[in-house]
Amino acid sequence: MSALRRPTLPLGERPPLLQMQAVDKVFGGTVVALKDMNLVVNQGDFISLLGPSGCGKSTALRIISDLLHPTRGKVIWEGDHGIGDLGVVFQEPTLMPWATVAQNVWLPYRLRGKTYNTVKDEVLEALRLVGLENFLNAYPRELSGGMKMRVSIARAMVTNPRLILMDEPFAALDEITRHKLNNDLLRLKDKIGCTVIFVTHSVFESVFLSDRIVVMAARPGRVLQELRVDAPYPRGEEFRTSAEYAAHTRAASGALKEAMGELA
Amino acid sequence: MTIAENRPLPVAEALDEDEARRARARRVEGIAKWALPVVMMVLAIAGWAWVVAANDIPHYILPGPGRVWTSLVEDWGMLLDAAYLTGWITLLALLLAVVGGAGLAILFNQSKMLELSFYPYAVILQVTPVVSIAPLIFIYVDSKIAGMLLCAWIVAFFPVLSSTTLGLNSVDHNLRDLFRIYGASRWQKLRYLQLPSALPYFLGGLKIAGGLSLIGAVVAELVAGTGGIGSGLAFRIQEAGYRLNIARMFAALSLVAAMGVFIFAALSIFSHLLLRKWHESALKREG
Ligand SMILES: Nc1ncnc2c1ncn2[C@@H]1O[C@H](COP(=O)(O)OP(=O)(O)OP(=O)(O)O)[C@@H](O)[C@H]1O
Ligand SMILES: [Mg+2]
Repeated sequence: MSALRRPTLPLGERPPLLQMQAVDKVFGGTVVALKDMNLVVNQGDFISLLGPSGCGKSTALRIISDLLHPTRGKVIWEGDHGIGDLGVVFQEPTLMPWATVAQNVWLPYRLRGKTYNTVKDEVLEALRLVGLENFLNAYPRELSGGMKMRVSIARAMVTNPRLILMDEPFAALDEITRHKLNNDLLRLKDKIGCTVIFVTHSVFESVFLSDRIVVMAARPGRVLQELRVDAPYPRGEEFRTSAEYAAHTRAASGALKEAMGELA
Repeated sequence: MTIAENRPLPVAEALDEDEARRARARRVEGIAKWALPVVMMVLAIAGWAWVVAANDIPHYILPGPGRVWTSLVEDWGMLLDAAYLTGWITLLALLLAVVGGAGLAILFNQSKMLELSFYPYAVILQVTPVVSIAPLIFIYVDSKIAGMLLCAWIVAFFPVLSSTTLGLNSVDHNLRDLFRIYGASRWQKLRYLQLPSALPYFLGGLKIAGGLSLIGAVVAELVAGTGGIGSGLAFRIQEAGYRLNIARMFAALSLVAAMGVFIFAALSIFSHLLLRKWHESALKREG
């Protein structure tokens, strides 16, 4: 897994990974969840989708992961694209309660017909990256909320995917755990060099994590504007307390307010 | 977040007041759980003996506990044979109910068309009282044993079918999406996701089916009314009733009850063993 690290190029020099082209999604003929969404995702991007409830963030992720078909428009991947290229993390840890931590992380490989022994090293490595290498045989109910989420992240990363989709993964966690997982997520992303699309309601989280913030508005769900956070990685506590961070959060808050205003 | 969270603490720590109270309550409850039912039983038997003795009730109306015990000892050979037969019918019927109920649930789950075609008939079979179907069964089925099995199966399979069906459909929707994203085949989804999700539901249905298969076996015996080879406990009860041997009726009845309790306890332990590692129902929380 670690052998396949891809270097992350500076913003603006990254080759494209996939594009959403003029995607519309209409539910039941009346609910316009997405209207003319265009998004170019480049290799190594950390994109946050930020917007009020119901603006189609989850719908966009579900379309990218091929769980939903767009009503109009399409999603185009650059080059070959297989099952192992995608990892997902949901708002809940979504672990199989009857399986141990190791078995849960093994799942993506298991579904491709790989026995545990052939991918043991990858499973161990993924769990080591999230700091749970001592919990291989624990069951999910023995873990705290934050630890479960780490297992979920390890499972998403274990196949070394090109793209990881995360739908409000830390929304249910307490502030301290969330900060810690935010730090760890950046470290992990840098280590395996993947691309991340991250859905959140939190301006702070989106500024801290991402280099591109895509602000969306509801009714119909659409992209309103995109902000760039060009602060260099690695980012840590000093970034969280910097003037630069404050300026970016102000800009993002303004954009979000505008997006919410459209609702009224 | 520390790695040590959720690991048991070292033992030597002093108990705080809360813990001590809880430990005491747990100890008392542990003893009471066994002692109270035993005490109640002894009291009930003593009361029964007293009522019979004080009112001089003749034994062909209500025998005292002593007489029932004597009958149990004296007729032990015959009662044991009868219990053996009833027990076998019950267990076989339960086994068939599990195979049939869970098998049908999986088939229905895999094919909507099959479900739409046959589920209503499973319901009809379930809601029609078995006592009213049994006489028909014994007209068409020659073998008494097979007829009894069929009766017991008819009552027992439905809880397994309906609870397993519910379980197979109760998969976490995010996990279902995850399996789709990872390109799981239908078989993989069934094997790794639906069957484990359904297990607690299935075990709940199994516990009900255990009791019902005994009821089914008893009803079948009463309807079949055989003597000779095919005489189970229910038949012995009926037969003793005709002879006004009330003590033996009680003795046989107590064996039926014991059998029911045994089946329930065995299935509860079985279910606990399968679920204890991961399921909430098998989890003991403090406080
Ligand atoms: N399967 C569905 N059927 C019908 N309508 C749907 C479906 N899924 C989503 N919608 C509607 O589409 C719109 C966008 O939903 P979506 O879940 O993508 O929003 P979201 O931005 O993720 O919201 P939240 O922040 O609350 O998660 C909403 O109005 C929602 O009610
Ligand atoms: Mg959502």
